Amino acid sequence: MLSFILKRLAVAIPTLLVLIVLSFVLMHAAPGGPFTRERAIPPEVLANLNARYGLDEPLWKQIGTYLWNIVAHFDFGPSFVYPSRTVNDVIAQGFPITLTYGAISFLVAVIVGCSLGVAAAIKQNSWLDYLAVGVSIGAQVLPNFVMAPILVLVFTLWLGWLPGGGWNDGQWEYLVMPVVALSTSFMASIARITRSSMLEVLAQNHIRTARAKGLPTRRILLRHALKPAMLPVISYLGPAFVTMITGSVVIDLFFSTGGIGLFFVNAALSRDYSVMMGITILIGGLTILFNLVVDILYAWIDPRIRY
Amino acid sequence: MSRSLVSSLLLSTALAFPAVAQETAPDGTPLAEEQVFTYRELDDIKSFDPQISTDVSGSKILRDLFEGLYNDDIDGNQVPGMATDHELSEDGKTYTFNLREANWSNGEPVTASDFVYAWRRLVDPETASEYAWYMELMGVENASAIVEGEMEPEELGIRAVDDQTLEVTIETPLPYFISMLTHPSTFPVPEAVVEELGDAWTRPGNLVGNGAYTLTEYNPGERVVRERNPEYWNDEETILDRTVTLIINDENQGLTRYLAGELDMTDIPSGQYPRLSEEYPDEAHSFPRSCSYIYWFNQGENGNPALKDERVRKALSYAIDRDIIVERILQGGQYPSYNWTHQATAGFDLPEIDYAGWTQEERNERAKELMAEAGYGPDGEPLTVTIQYNTDESHRKIAVAVSQFWKQTLGVNVELANYEWATHTDRLQDGNYEIARYAWCGDYNEASTYLDLMTSYSDHNVSGWTDETYDELMSESKTMENPNPNYTEAEQILAENMPFAPIYQYTGVLMVDPQVRNYPFDNLMQNWYSKDLYIAAEDAPASSSAN
Repeated sequence: MLSFILKRLAVAIPTLLVLIVLSFVLMHAAPGGPFTRERAIPPEVLANLNARYGLDEPLWKQIGTYLWNIVAHFDFGPSFVYPSRTVNDVIAQGFPITLTYGAISFLVAVIVGCSLGVAAAIKQNSWLDYLAVGVSIGAQVLPNFVMAPILVLVFTLWLGWLPGGGWNDGQWEYLVMPVVALSTSFMASIARITRSSMLEVLAQNHIRTARAKGLPTRRILLRHALKPAMLPVISYLGPAFVTMITGSVVIDLFFSTGGIGLFFVNAALSRDYSVMMGITILIGGLTILFNLVVDILYAWIDPRIRY
Repeated sequence: MSRSLVSSLLLSTALAFPAVAQETAPDGTPLAEEQVFTYRELDDIKSFDPQISTDVSGSKILRDLFEGLYNDDIDGNQVPGMATDHELSEDGKTYTFNLREANWSNGEPVTASDFVYAWRRLVDPETASEYAWYMELMGVENASAIVEGEMEPEELGIRAVDDQTLEVTIETPLPYFISMLTHPSTFPVPEAVVEELGDAWTRPGNLVGNGAYTLTEYNPGERVVRERNPEYWNDEETILDRTVTLIINDENQGLTRYLAGELDMTDIPSGQYPRLSEEYPDEAHSFPRSCSYIYWFNQGENGNPALKDERVRKALSYAIDRDIIVERILQGGQYPSYNWTHQATAGFDLPEIDYAGWTQEERNERAKELMAEAGYGPDGEPLTVTIQYNTDESHRKIAVAVSQFWKQTLGVNVELANYEWATHTDRLQDGNYEIARYAWCGDYNEASTYLDLMTSYSDHNVSGWTDETYDELMSESKTMENPNPNYTEAEQILAENMPFAPIYQYTGVLMVDPQVRNYPFDNLMQNWYSKDLYIAAEDAPASSSAN
């Protein structure tokens, strides 16, 4: 197992490197640049700006300097659009916010989603099943960019129960709507995957054997059915977790949380090369890491899987 | 009694009697107990450094945190800020400003050398300030050469005669020079703090300013809070205690939160002004804003050859029914436009433009004739043009409407090309388009901020159109007592040559809580200062200045 983990980590480095170089080249290939303005910046001023940010160097040299600064100083460079801040600042300020509402949403989605899925599978074709399937399909087809403004309309404007946005150091009132809006569709997917996987496992021989030898249902479910049924769920959860904690532009946009999701999209639109690279690397690195975690969990859950 | 004695007396009085919430404003309006103003901003603030900031949203905050030589009053006139007054030399090139005695928020005195330091910093290539061009626009002596690296920043035409006297030399007399001094890039900064802390000097807790407020909280992408600065020279007359900027990217979300009482001011989403002004007549405001919306006609190499023909350009412009665009699409009280300069610009007389006075039927008839003369249209060659615009709902609606006008009236086929903003702008500046949407917003409240743009030597004229007479008129206007005759002629040349089709001139549309008073709706530049605002008590009589 240890050698497997080491091997995977060794592959992760060239993967990240390819990601960095590819993103860097693609980004610079896009028309316009960080200093594209509706009113063009005069050439002499632009020259000073390009010199300050090293944009007057050839591309290969820029990539080289960029990589060296990351490896040697863990420095992801200054932001082009927010001149008084570095990429490290942007991430250090925004990521904890995103991580907080993302992780809470993840927990909510997993707990509610799995419970719904299991309940639906056990009571297949009962009213509980129909309700669970109905709820999850409803939640799936209601995208968060529709849900977010509706939540604000109802809970802020009509009922006046919750603030319409902001962060306020993550006070619970400010967290409720972002968490509901972000977790709903993930919860729906988890519920559906859990249900179908659970149904499949419940039809398997080892469950029939367990029933035949008279084990209590509770024990069959918890000990023999749930664990194998979780395999497909877990392979979904790895990438879902990364998606949730690295921010949702929709959540940041509608609830003004200050998370990195909106910074990421704005960086792409305003060609803030360094911020875009920094967040790309963060998401890439986390994706690699959590895929590894999923693989390790696989081996733990299913003894037949060995690396 | 010397001035310094008076101000130190004032200061000690201010310190001895800390400001308490006043009960009435100077005009007698009863005040609310809580003097807090909260407004919405679209995007995060780029920087709190006056010489680095580039965005309009940042400027609003900088005007609270710092103070330049002059401020705008509620009508947009310049009133003393750090300068109490100034003298201008005979040749109109040297300004001598007398500075008041005032302190930075850390208690140190503000001196003329703080201005010298800030202005040099703006043009220094080391700073690489994007707004270095502003000092070139002001014509401060040697600014261009310093930006280009040919001279040292110390050679800039600004000098501290003594602590309270500042001397500025400009290259050519500029009648509107004083109005340019309210721009944040000309604000002083505390040298010692900037040098000691580097880029970190603008963080809350570090930032030292000379404005009426200090920065107390900043959560990027979420909120900016500023509170009264007890060191401010005129803190005694300041009423508002705190101003909060909430960054809300979605304008509809902003409106919902305004209606829920979380905001005192927010932008009205496009198309919603008619409904809101009916439902909330005291809160929905529409007022002129200094920006002009046009369609460029590219006469350069990559343009459509047909657009090199002045008759085609005029025909296309005439055939646009601006009233429909303004009344049916934009619905925010915008002005249909037949010229370039915003009509509410100070001192500008809207010139007589022939086609502005015609009915749309007359314009359409004339357009058809011109098109036929040029050899296009039903009996001539078919013509297809491309309109390029950046992704945005209202730009798209306008482009669709224009393509209909051209198709129906002139039989011109139109292809729509929609790019995200950076690509659109890049193509525009490379001259890689046929017809493209553009908007220009005035830097200062004088017509040359628009008209200079169409000179052959302007960096912003992307049409490929140039005209010697036009250039002469504009350079001559710089030294004229009353430049309006030249401006009128320049506008007429534009109408005659039609390097672009003017479409509409902007209005700002805002929802403002009726308790917020003194907002400068009549200032075309929309430069507002928290120190001038106040919150009236709930039972206060309605404001008389509601637009």
